[in-house]
Amino acid sequence: MRFSTVARHLREGGKNVARNGWMSFASIGSIAISLFILGVFMLLAFNVNKLADQLDNQVQIRVYLKLDLGRPKIEEVSRTIRRIQELKSVTFVSKEEGLKRLRDSMGEEGKAALEGYDNETNPLPDAFDIEVYEPQTISYAAKQIQAINDTDPDKPIMAVKYGAGTVEKLFKITNAVRNIGLFIVLLLAVMAMFLISTTIKTTIVARRREISIMKMVGATNSFIRWPFFIEGALIGLIGSGVTSAVLLFGYSELITTTEQDIGLYMIQLASVNEVGWYVAGTVLILGTILGIWGSTISVRKYLKV
Amino acid sequence: MHDIWKTYPDGTVALQGINVVIDRNEFVYVVGPSGAGKSTFMKLIYREEVPSKGQISVNGFNIGKLKQRKIPYVRRNIGVIFQDYRLLPKLTAYENVAFAMEVIEAPRRTIKRRTMEVLELVGLKHKANSLPAQLSGGEQQRVAIARAIVNSPAVIVADEPTGNLDPETSWGIMKLLEEINFRGTTIVMATHNKEIVNTMRKRVIAIEKGSIVRDQQRGEYGYEI
Repeated sequence: MRFSTVARHLREGGKNVARNGWMSFASIGSIAISLFILGVFMLLAFNVNKLADQLDNQVQIRVYLKLDLGRPKIEEVSRTIRRIQELKSVTFVSKEEGLKRLRDSMGEEGKAALEGYDNETNPLPDAFDIEVYEPQTISYAAKQIQAINDTDPDKPIMAVKYGAGTVEKLFKITNAVRNIGLFIVLLLAVMAMFLISTTIKTTIVARRREISIMKMVGATNSFIRWPFFIEGALIGLIGSGVTSAVLLFGYSELITTTEQDIGLYMIQLASVNEVGWYVAGTVLILGTILGIWGSTISVRKYLKV
Repeated sequence: MHDIWKTYPDGTVALQGINVVIDRNEFVYVVGPSGAGKSTFMKLIYREEVPSKGQISVNGFNIGKLKQRKIPYVRRNIGVIFQDYRLLPKLTAYENVAFAMEVIEAPRRTIKRRTMEVLELVGLKHKANSLPAQLSGGEQQRVAIARAIVNSPAVIVADEPTGNLDPETSWGIMKLLEEINFRGTTIVMATHNKEIVNTMRKRVIAIEKGSIVRDQQRGEYGYEI
């Protein structure tokens, strides 16, 4: 292909978008709207996922030791626990530390309630805070820790707490949320394609005559196809460009609002850098592919003259 | 054309055993009642239809056996003009004509020069930037003619080019076609216009019920002899 022909195709493809004014607008609109819905849902799914991850990671085991075990025994138990492979970290929380944490978490009103307890009269047991690599293995790990009592005649473990039952339920919920999210994203992608192909079908009738005339003056199939291809790509690019701009802007505004005005520190949204570009990239690529795909099938139908 | 038969998929027999030779630089009228096979005859020449049986060669190409891929290249040597003009509605007169040259990948400068040249020939240089909708029927047909001749084809196939035009405009178009023929292009024109055929005497091929019933030099209009 000559360079001037390439330039011509690019020029014609661009001009076609303008020439077909309303039809282009409709196609751009349908791509933009469907991708917008998809994008919003992707952001939502991302955040649910992140929230689920946070919850997963917050799950930890707390092991309370028998009172007055004495240093050497605590060291021994600590070594035994550390031998369990599933554990990511084991932190010793002395009873003094425990009391301090309790004071901090209870705040002003706690001060009064905990009045009178000092290091001498501290009623709390020593403990270990334990994290696991895989949140799903938590109950297994907890059982192994509990089993130390079976071999050790001193029975140093007073209690192992990890929110049994609650944790398992949480996993079921987060898994379900992830799967449903993926399913809905796929469903929306299919819907977007359907919407776009319907828009394109209406343009086909107009294009049919155009293509037959082009063939009449001796245009080859590829010569006819290229400008349509570029037109489709442009429409997809414009539609998805608008969508990603709106999504990025809207999302960053949302983050600012939740963090500064409402002060929702507990629910931390994924930052724009974390997900925004990923979503925008997906939207752009998907939009371009959809545009090209749509115009290609609409032309192919009428090339066999 | 040698022993051409054409049967459409629905069973309609359009042409039965057509034998005709049209020489270079001839001007031929094809006449006959509606549905006689005139249009099929024309379509076979520019390879819109393929004969069911028989051989057609145009410019030395056996176009009945042409590969799909080669069709565009043969069409570039045949200019086609229709009753309904068939211009690209969203392109200006200039762009419509230039399109036929872009298709053959002519250099831009050549396209510009040649397009203006033919627009001047058909007397529409001043309307180069008008859209088809802004032109009268006669003007649109002139643009179509300009498009047909821009690549200097050997043959022009015109299917009732004056069918939608008033008598005066029709004469203008005929003058133009005669001029093009005079410059060395073969013209095959299907028509219902008795006045034109009888005034501008050329070879007349009359087709009726799928057969040639008359083939006469400097003939008159009419298909029942």
